[in-house]
Amino acid sequence: MTAIDWTRATRYFLLADFIGGFKLGLKYFFAPKATLNYPHEKGPLSPRFRGEHALRRYPNGEERCIACKLCEAICPAQAITIDAEPREDGSRRTTRYDIDMTKCIYCGFCQEACPVDAIVEGPNFEFSTETREELYYNKDKLLANGERWEAEIARNLEMDAPYR
Amino acid sequence: MAEFLQTPFGIFVLILAQCLLVTVSVLVALAFLMYADRKIWAAVQMRKGPNIVGAFGLLQSFADFIKYIVKEVVVPAGADKPVFFLAPMITFVLAVIAWAVIPFNEGWVVANLNVGILYIFAISSLEVYGVIMGGWASNSKYPFLGSLRSAAQMISYEVSIGFIIVGVLISTGSLNLSAIVEAQAGSLGVFSWYWLPHLPMVVLFFVSALAETNRPPFDLPEAEAELVAGYQVEYSSTPFLLFMIGELMAVVLMCALITILFFGGWLSPIPGAADLPILGDGLHWMVLKMGVFFFIFSMVKAIVPRYRYDQLMRLGWKVFLPMSLAWVVIVAGLALWDGDLGNLGGLWARWEVAG
Repeated sequence: MTAIDWTRATRYFLLADFIGGFKLGLKYFFAPKATLNYPHEKGPLSPRFRGEHALRRYPNGEERCIACKLCEAICPAQAITIDAEPREDGSRRTTRYDIDMTKCIYCGFCQEACPVDAIVEGPNFEFSTETREELYYNKDKLLANGERWEAEIARNLEMDAPYR
Repeated sequence: MAEFLQTPFGIFVLILAQCLLVTVSVLVALAFLMYADRKIWAAVQMRKGPNIVGAFGLLQSFADFIKYIVKEVVVPAGADKPVFFLAPMITFVLAVIAWAVIPFNEGWVVANLNVGILYIFAISSLEVYGVIMGGWASNSKYPFLGSLRSAAQMISYEVSIGFIIVGVLISTGSLNLSAIVEAQAGSLGVFSWYWLPHLPMVVLFFVSALAETNRPPFDLPEAEAELVAGYQVEYSSTPFLLFMIGELMAVVLMCALITILFFGGWLSPIPGAADLPILGDGLHWMVLKMGVFFFIFSMVKAIVPRYRYDQLMRLGWKVFLPMSLAWVVIVAGLALWDGDLGNLGGLWARWEVAG
């Protein structure tokens, strides 16, 4: 016959654990809720957030990208494909700038490698599509992204500048 | 009109209308209780719960209902088809017909059976068949394991529920649910109900009710971590809906039973207020008390972890059974020698011996 732990047995029969649990449950019952009503409410994003890519332009409308292909070289997923030719005015520009968003791992190396801040990862993370083909971004799509998100991208770059 | 209701057909129509009234009210209440259950569960986990469909998500249950109805019914290959479809219907029908003897107010009962509590006990014992048949007819591993567990579990806890009810019956001297409520009427209001003289059994009954209705912490038949969803694995669409409704209705029935057996049914908790218009006895007190117990049921679901199977069996047979059995003996003695032990105001024996 083993000795009975009377304290423990009493607590057990008086449902001490259950009552303690009930109290704790009620405390959280009235606590502020952590839920965000997602499509209507969104959480804060860091200026460094790496979302959908965009190709930027200078304020005068000129493309920033000079087709140095550093991003293509550094891309660990080999998601970027670039072709380049001299333009009529002799400057070197891309004729093709494709990103396969299904390959991309959103590491941000392209953004880090870019000497002219042309390719950047913007704050947009809601770009799901219904077909795979829509995720093969070309130069037009990336430039359009740049125009659409320029204000926020510029703000984020400015906020992050002191830390680089 | 009054004459028509005296004819056999008139009585039939009247009873049919009463049945419909009770069933529809319970089903509509169930939709909102399901919503309340989810909201309470969510609140404890610091979530908001359903809040999209309708104002504050109040119509969520109805949206789910439509979804269940219009989905495809999948019957697994190798399933025993008649039994497969019989199982959810049994669960649903048994849960519904038990409401026939529940008194909501003085005289507000479809069938004022003089063996009401026995009828409820018989019906809730049969509910295990829905689960067993569902698990067996699915012809699949997990449902079968789940239904085996549930069989042992529901039978184990019915024994202690039976003894707890016997204690109350000894005090009342009647098997009629209305008589049980009326026996709790007294000048002390809330303190003349049975929860005080039968205090330990209130807790035992509540925990046994959790086990009987397969609610957490005793939801071993569904144990999603081990058995996916137990006996419900192969069910989809409307049959699944019937299982869900049947289960939840059994929970609400248990709330009603606790209210009637221990908390004075429709009686007002305020001493001496029995005849007042709002504070007096009435349907609203019954509904309010059931609501409180449903809240506790939901909170329990949110705060307790699941029991292990051997712990469940140990609790049922080695703790609850001896305790409830001992209580029957104690109550029988107290009821018999109430006057001799110094009069406790008929705390345990509330029947009048004829002659």
